[in-house]
Amino acid sequence: MNGGNRDLALWPIAASAGAHNTDHLVWAFTLVTLMLTVPIFVGFTIFSVIYRDGRPAHREYKEKKGRSEAIELSWMLIPFALTLAFFAWGARMFDIHRHPPANAITISAIGRQWMWKFQHPGGQAEINDLHVPTGQPVRITMISQDVIHALYLPALRIQMETLPGRYTELWFNADKPGTYRLYCSEYCGTDHSKMQGLLYVMKPGDYQAWLAHQGASQTLTAKGRQLFAANGCAGCHENGSTVRAPSLHGLFGQPVPMEAGGTVIADESYLRDKILDPDKNRIAGYKQLMPSFKGVLAEEDVVALVAYLRALGPKEEGASAEDAPDRSTATGDSTP
Amino acid sequence: MSPDGTATPPRQNLPATLRDPRPGRTTLGRPDDYLHAEHTLRSWLWTIDHKRIGILYLLSITFFFVFGAIAAGLIRLSLVVPDGQIFTNDTYNKLFTLHGVIMVWFFLIPSIPTTFGNFLLPIMIGAKEVAFPRLNRTSWYIFMAGALFTMADLVIGGVDTGWTFYAPFSTTFSNTYVLPALAGVIVVGFSSILTGLNFVVTVHTMRAPGMTWFRMPIFVWTMYAVSLIFLLATPVLTITLMLLVMERAFHIGVFDPALGGDPVLFEHMFWFYSHPAVYIMVLPGMGVISEIVPAFAQKKLFGYRFVAYASLGLASVTFLVWGHHMFVNGESETAAVAFSVLSFAVAVPSAVKVYNWTATIYKGSIKLDTPMLYAMAYIGLFVIGGLTGLFLATLSIDEHVHDTYFVVAHFHYIMVGGTALAFLGGLHYWWPKFTGRMYPEAWGRVSAFLGFIGFNATFFPQFLLGYMGMPRRYHNYPPEFQLLNVASSMGSLLLALGYLFPMIYLVWSLRYGKRASANPWLAKGLEWTTSSPPPAHNFDEQPVVDFEPYDYRDREARV
Ligand code: HEC
Ligand code: HEM
Ligand SMILES: [Cu+2]
Ligand SMILES: [Cu+2]
Repeated sequence: MNGGNRDLALWPIAASAGAHNTDHLVWAFTLVTLMLTVPIFVGFTIFSVIYRDGRPAHREYKEKKGRSEAIELSWMLIPFALTLAFFAWGARMFDIHRHPPANAITISAIGRQWMWKFQHPGGQAEINDLHVPTGQPVRITMISQDVIHALYLPALRIQMETLPGRYTELWFNADKPGTYRLYCSEYCGTDHSKMQGLLYVMKPGDYQAWLAHQGASQTLTAKGRQLFAANGCAGCHENGSTVRAPSLHGLFGQPVPMEAGGTVIADESYLRDKILDPDKNRIAGYKQLMPSFKGVLAEEDVVALVAYLRALGPKEEGASAEDAPDRSTATGDSTP
Repeated sequence: MSPDGTATPPRQNLPATLRDPRPGRTTLGRPDDYLHAEHTLRSWLWTIDHKRIGILYLLSITFFFVFGAIAAGLIRLSLVVPDGQIFTNDTYNKLFTLHGVIMVWFFLIPSIPTTFGNFLLPIMIGAKEVAFPRLNRTSWYIFMAGALFTMADLVIGGVDTGWTFYAPFSTTFSNTYVLPALAGVIVVGFSSILTGLNFVVTVHTMRAPGMTWFRMPIFVWTMYAVSLIFLLATPVLTITLMLLVMERAFHIGVFDPALGGDPVLFEHMFWFYSHPAVYIMVLPGMGVISEIVPAFAQKKLFGYRFVAYASLGLASVTFLVWGHHMFVNGESETAAVAFSVLSFAVAVPSAVKVYNWTATIYKGSIKLDTPMLYAMAYIGLFVIGGLTGLFLATLSIDEHVHDTYFVVAHFHYIMVGGTALAFLGGLHYWWPKFTGRMYPEAWGRVSAFLGFIGFNATFFPQFLLGYMGMPRRYHNYPPEFQLLNVASSMGSLLLALGYLFPMIYLVWSLRYGKRASANPWLAKGLEWTTSSPPPAHNFDEQPVVDFEPYDYRDREARV
């Protein structure tokens, strides 16, 4: 692998600024925990030597009132306060990991027993391996077709469970080109340990060359657009339909009022639910006439449709959706 | 003093009934001791004596431990090579499931409560019996029925879900014998509930005159805390596993999204039980160590009340942190942050105990006999396990090491390094009381060392493996991880010796060991005031307690 003889390595390569940050956090935390525990180990050793039974030693010991309470409180609260700093550091990073920047490109991942399928915005698909550019935030939305998996990218110090029936996501901004590993880290049956591949982090130019070389026939949004027409979605949802159905332009990322009260943000999981199980979230002000496409559309098709709907701009510019796509425009606040 | 129990100094400050009944005199073979009261097999299998039931449990869990350990050995064997040539992937998956299910549910969870708890809890509070002796016997039968059934299923048929039974893999996708395994674990849960109930009522109603709450040994406090967790958490497990059964057997959609369920719901329900369950495993160990350390330092336990409260504190906060197993499943950010900070809070009462043990030996008269060596090993490993728990509770670190070997190392440090060592320490400490015989001291020390060294050799490399990114439950792993895996497997050989030796010499000592006096360690606590082994009804006269716990003042005066 990248960087000489990895057989003897005891520390993983960090391929992003975030990964370095995690490493720093770990080292700093290790240092503080050593401060808190070395006294225990040293104390135990020294005491068991000088106060060994039969050895003459000064053993006079009086309990002073209030002293032991003070000691107890101090060794409860001081370590707790010290470690809380690391809680805060970790939580801060976690917060960043939960909010992909608006300029992130979106790669979709589908997990199934026992392989990964990745699809780039341009439609290029790959199995088990994943190519990503440096210097560019990459957001991976994922879903499983069967059991729970998890996409784990150790060089980036990040992983996320891949659930059936619901999208999850992670994002990163790699900065060190190289070849690393990617794994499924959630146990998923017989060949769980073979559900692994390589993560190729490439300079942007190399990445573009790789994409071109893959030569996808069709971008993801174009495929979605086709499906949208072919499955009759357009018939209800575009102008001139006889059914009263909401327009889907500019829907992504917006709050949708529910029949049952309250609103739901139209994120990827919401769109998916609407397509596969339209009765689940009924929208206020519409009659639920939409048929379920469960069993009709494959998981890949749903991914393409969702990509298309995400890229659908506001009303009149609908036609431009096909051109918009590579950089997905309306990532907005899609955090679950 | 040597363990053969010579020269017990007088304890003038105690009432006559509480002085060592027959100082220095062996009591083995007195016709009415609980071992010799009756001899037939039936008298054992149909006993309602809590001490005999404790021994039955001791034999049972040792039996299960051996199976779990063999599976562990095979797992380590297979991981010597990276590409999984020794077993098929399916066999490997069945092996780690066998190992996990047996070790968690049939060894660690019942280990200390059902053996030492049954044997000692009534004696330590000066009672003749547990509150419901027949129910206690029933608990053992329920435990055996469930555990043997599941084990037969795991060994003959095999199950490949892992001990965590994550849905929808366990309900829809696995084609192994999941249902019988679930059934057995559910049944064993009832045994835990009944044992918990029995202990809670015993502690509330059966204490000897003068045995106030704050005169109870810490071991009793931890048994009480654990019993509360048994009562409150186990029913949740029962329900969760029942739902799995419904989905698997009758396709009632609860967890599988294809049937309209939610797999994250399973994670919540499972960990709502299983995080408290880790305190079922760890609190009793803390109780044992809190008995051993004062006895071998001949000094009062530092901060007795704090340690007692910390036990109850742990038993409560432990119900509020289950979400830390789910940081990377898309859990809401608010929930993740809350679970993270609460997990940091759990560490506080744990740390209290460790610091208090250290303070206890300050200015003591320390004897480094086998139980104390085990206790020291325990403290070392428990500290490492607890601190790495804090690393895991740190959100961004967990995003990296979740479901890797780092987690595997973490919980083995706590459960094997912690609980299993505390169990061995306690076993040596109370062995004279259980059997009336001393174990061979030199062998004991050697085993304690082997266990400690072997344990670290086995599990420390796994922290590195995990941080390097090796996921858990991996039969095929990249070649760059082989070196550390081989190191871990070699360490496990040493560790195995550390377990094997005690099994041999403890059995040997039943016949050839030195006879034990009533109080070979000059320890305080009611169990040391009755003969070794105790009479069938525990005490010749009803004890009356008018002294404080761990009252080593008469010994502390020595310079
Ligand atoms: C028979 C007409 C019909 C067809 C065909 C149809 N829909 Fe719908 N759709 C509706 C109606 C009516 C609603 C609003 C009712 C509701 O959801 O409660 C709706 C709602 C939606 C929504 C939610 C809109 C919002 O404002 O939140 C989405 C997204 C959607 N449909 C996508 C699709 C897609 C994608 C397809 C094709 C695979 C499709 N629909 C096919 C009738 C249809
Ligand atoms: C200081 C207290 C502790 C903290 C803060 C802590 C924290 C954690 C965290 C955050 C995890 C989840 C890691 C992950 O899956 O990514 C974990 C896993 C685990 N911990 Fe702890 N822990 C502590 C003590 C214990 C104790 C006392 C035990 C057992 C007796 C224990 C047993 C386990 C087990 C069994 C797992 C893994 C379960 C699995 O996934 O199979 N922990 N711990
Ligand atoms: Cu997997
Ligand atoms: Cu936990």
